[in-house]
Amino acid sequence: MSEQSSAATPQSNLAKVFASGAFAVTGELGPPKGADPEVIREKAKLLKGFVDAVNITDNQTAVVRMSSIAAAALSHQAGVEPIVQMTCRDRNRLAIEADLLGAWALGLRNLLCLSGDHQTFGNHKDSKNVWDIDSIQLVKMMEDMRSKGIFINGEELEGEPPDFFLGAVENPFADPLHYRPFRVAKKVRAGAKFLQTQCIYNMDKFKDFMSKLGDMGVLDDIHIMAGLSPLKGPGMAKYMRDMVPGMDVPDEVVERMTGAGQGIEDKAERSKAWRAEGIKYCIEQIQEVREIPGVRGVHVMAIEWEEAVKPIVEGAGLLPRPQAIGSAASA
Amino acid sequence: MIVAEQKPLEEIKGVLGDAENVLVAGCGTCVTVCLAGGEKEAQLMASALRIASRVDGTPIEATDVTVQRQCEWEYLEMIEAEVEKADLIVSLACGIGVQTFARHFPDKWVVPGLNTTFLGQPEEQGIWTEQCQACGNCMLAMTGGICPVARCSKQVQNGPCGGSEHGLCEVKRIRRVDGVPVMVKGRGGRMMPATEDVECAWHLIHDRLKEHNRLDLITGVQEPKDWTTSRDGGPRRIVREDLILMDEE
Repeated sequence: MSEQSSAATPQSNLAKVFASGAFAVTGELGPPKGADPEVIREKAKLLKGFVDAVNITDNQTAVVRMSSIAAAALSHQAGVEPIVQMTCRDRNRLAIEADLLGAWALGLRNLLCLSGDHQTFGNHKDSKNVWDIDSIQLVKMMEDMRSKGIFINGEELEGEPPDFFLGAVENPFADPLHYRPFRVAKKVRAGAKFLQTQCIYNMDKFKDFMSKLGDMGVLDDIHIMAGLSPLKGPGMAKYMRDMVPGMDVPDEVVERMTGAGQGIEDKAERSKAWRAEGIKYCIEQIQEVREIPGVRGVHVMAIEWEEAVKPIVEGAGLLPRPQAIGSAASA
Repeated sequence: MIVAEQKPLEEIKGVLGDAENVLVAGCGTCVTVCLAGGEKEAQLMASALRIASRVDGTPIEATDVTVQRQCEWEYLEMIEAEVEKADLIVSLACGIGVQTFARHFPDKWVVPGLNTTFLGQPEEQGIWTEQCQACGNCMLAMTGGICPVARCSKQVQNGPCGGSEHGLCEVKRIRRVDGVPVMVKGRGGRMMPATEDVECAWHLIHDRLKEHNRLDLITGVQEPKDWTTSRDGGPRRIVREDLILMDEE
């Protein structure tokens, strides 16, 4: 471990996939509500080779879990390239910088910057939140660290600065609708190189969002990844439609999922039919977003359903993936 | 103004100890306007404490007095005689008044009768809303007179975040009546606090800037906020030397 040359520093696999012009695929790996590293390794097995990188969530929905950076390091060791998620809810600028220096030192190369779900959604409702900086300022902070070698206070850091491949998110369906593309442009200006969207179910609205980004001329500067979440059944579709803020699920999607289970008496068989339909629908969505100018990849969020990733990616004709981290990391 | 609400009587009774002469001190400014700790509320509180103590079988004397502002020495000097007779003071002022009281009468034990809640505005009769967090570095010029520090749940500086829907924030406020959460039956029959909608501050900012053709104000990346002027810089103090000099003349 005496290599010091920056030329030897491995770069982000995801960045390489984009640079090659290939259509990128990312997945999601939620850390456990406990300290067992096996959980990460098991989930990584289900994803290895089928995605270019996986998001490692940071106390998602404000429910406490194993730290994103620790889980990302385990995923990295297991041969699945992680995208460290960092929210602004739990840490001030000092803690974020310190943790991300550590993340880079551990070999983690991708960073996704988010504001974070409010703690009242989670299981520590009595806690104090931070939000010292917001997600766009976080992108800017890490871009300045990367390109100028400085901390947010202007001080220079020692040695080679972390060169994270910087990502951001946007919800094309949140209000005020017409402002969303402007906010993406802000994230591009701050330094974001890739952007994952909220789960898409309303394709027309997403196409509109993309064409506005095209009109604004930002699509050359950022890799947009369409966020897709396969549905497990009509219950999930209804829940997303009615209970999740900022989610746009048209009624016909709920009807399609309901229809898939119609006439099937056996509970297990019905659930199987629903899931098969969810995977089929997700594959169709991938084919549809691939046709939209500016969409450079998909982010498949199979929440607590990692097994679905392989049939989806395979069904969409996206296998084999260009290059697996395992071959590079274990060399 | 400073908005406050009364603590439950049980909580106040719980901190009276063995005091026999209790003085309930009202304040004639902010908390009078928000009907939490003015003259009328001080009278009612003194009477409630007297009655409750008799019901509990340990009768106490509870009287009341109200000054124009408990946060200024001059007004507290005017009630020295009343305070002298009491062995405990329930202050119905905001937290500033309680502390000023305790400093001015170091021998006396002072407890708060209110929860100081926020800097806000009477929205309509009986409803007050938070408007300012006294961050010490006002950014309202950029946001069209709507404060994201006080009114955005995440204090986002480059909003609106992805949780804005139909002009509402994804974060719901716990519905409270007289300071107490209203409980309702939730999913699965479990009792949980009822919630109510909160406006998305950034949606309001966006619409107002758009109306004034000033969306240019928020197209740039807003720099990280300097929180040293806020509570994060430690307890704050203002020194106006021009006024100090005038005082000495």
